[in-house]
Amino acid sequence: MTAPPRLAIRGLRCAVARWPALDLAPGACAALAGPSGSGKSRLLRAIADLDPNTGEAYLDGTPRAAFAGHAWRRAVVFLPADGAWWAERVSDHLAAVEPETLATLGFDTDVAEWSVRRLSTGERSRLGLARAVALQPRVLLLDEPTANLDDATTEAVERVVQARREAGLAAVWVTHDPGQARRLGAQPFTLHDGTAREAAS
Amino acid sequence: MTPEILELQPWDLALAGGLVIALAALTHAGRLGVARSLLIAGARTVVQLLLVGLVLETLFANATLYWVALMGGVMLLVAGREVMARQKRRFTGLWGFGLGTAAMSLSSFSVAVLALVALVQPEPWYQPQYAIPLLGMLLGNTMNGVALAVDRLTDGAWQQRDVIETRLALGEPWSAAVESIRRDAMRSGMIPMINAMAAAGIVSLPGMMTGQILAGAPPLEAVKYQILIMFLITVGTGFGTLAAVWLASRRLFDERERLRLDRLT
Repeated sequence: MTAPPRLAIRGLRCAVARWPALDLAPGACAALAGPSGSGKSRLLRAIADLDPNTGEAYLDGTPRAAFAGHAWRRAVVFLPADGAWWAERVSDHLAAVEPETLATLGFDTDVAEWSVRRLSTGERSRLGLARAVALQPRVLLLDEPTANLDDATTEAVERVVQARREAGLAAVWVTHDPGQARRLGAQPFTLHDGTAREAAS
Repeated sequence: MTPEILELQPWDLALAGGLVIALAALTHAGRLGVARSLLIAGARTVVQLLLVGLVLETLFANATLYWVALMGGVMLLVAGREVMARQKRRFTGLWGFGLGTAAMSLSSFSVAVLALVALVQPEPWYQPQYAIPLLGMLLGNTMNGVALAVDRLTDGAWQQRDVIETRLALGEPWSAAVESIRRDAMRSGMIPMINAMAAAGIVSLPGMMTGQILAGAPPLEAVKYQILIMFLITVGTGFGTLAAVWLASRRLFDERERLRLDRLT
């Protein structure tokens, strides 16, 4: 008997889009492309169960309904394009982030003491990733995490996620960049006319 | 020494009313713009209070539990409508009216009944001379607390929806994601009453005590009643605000702990 997929989706439907089927083994990655405003973020939010939606999602074979909302999202973490920072210091938002992750993303360990007000947009999105992976999620849903970043920083973000994938993390990555999908070795999906389908690679 | 109420003559009221009209004329002449609303509010005071006076006279003459309860119910519904009207973002459907009304009826009614049965102990316990003013003061203050707190909560959730959603996305339970907003809301609802207790007697003499002293009661008797009333009002406001904040924040999230701002208008 083979192990169930880390993340499986069957007939997921939110207000604007649907994702009929997806199976991601531990360590696997799906890349979702599609025009702006077609509902890619909404699909990620639906997988994380942040918006009302219908359909089934399974984590390691366990249906989503068996988890409380927060327990599901603790394991299936959604990384929004521009997450909020509500407390004074960076450290108030980062639980137990490994120094290596911060170093890969180009931060010294003293970043924890920074005030969130002095963070640039790029620093916010990189620290957003650090904050998400610090939770040790089993699935990570990334909404264009490198949209505001230069090539070197983009590569650092990809390396952080790749390292987690080697430990079993499954990722769904919204990206406009076919090159990025190839570098990630991701199953390519396209959202077209409100339906996410596997793209011919 | 028997305390005696010095009865007001119509002439006394007319004189005070004349002063209000003089004030309105002066602001009108100075183009200060409040004359109209001042006169309307003044007229409303006369009409509304006369009507309520008539209602109370009738009620005192027919002191049955049935009529007192009916009066209390009407007061509650009016207060519930007022709470709803003061919200910038209301809950849709029955919740818009029901939330504040439920919170107020839970706290004001139980505190009023407790005070009547266990503390003031008039005979019978629902004697309208005690029951109606007590309930009125409780409802009025609880209404303020509930309206302020719910407004702060829903508006805070709206303004800070990014923060709430980010915290939810990071796997926090709904109660943690809304915690700081809930604390702000609770504070908004309770602060007026806490301030009133802290300043009582130093900055101003509380209205009820002033009224009793004017009516001839010995000051210390009036003070004892005022302390009782302030504690009761604080407890009523506090429990009402607590219930409203809890109900409203629960209603902002659904059974999957999603933030549901679509439940606000």
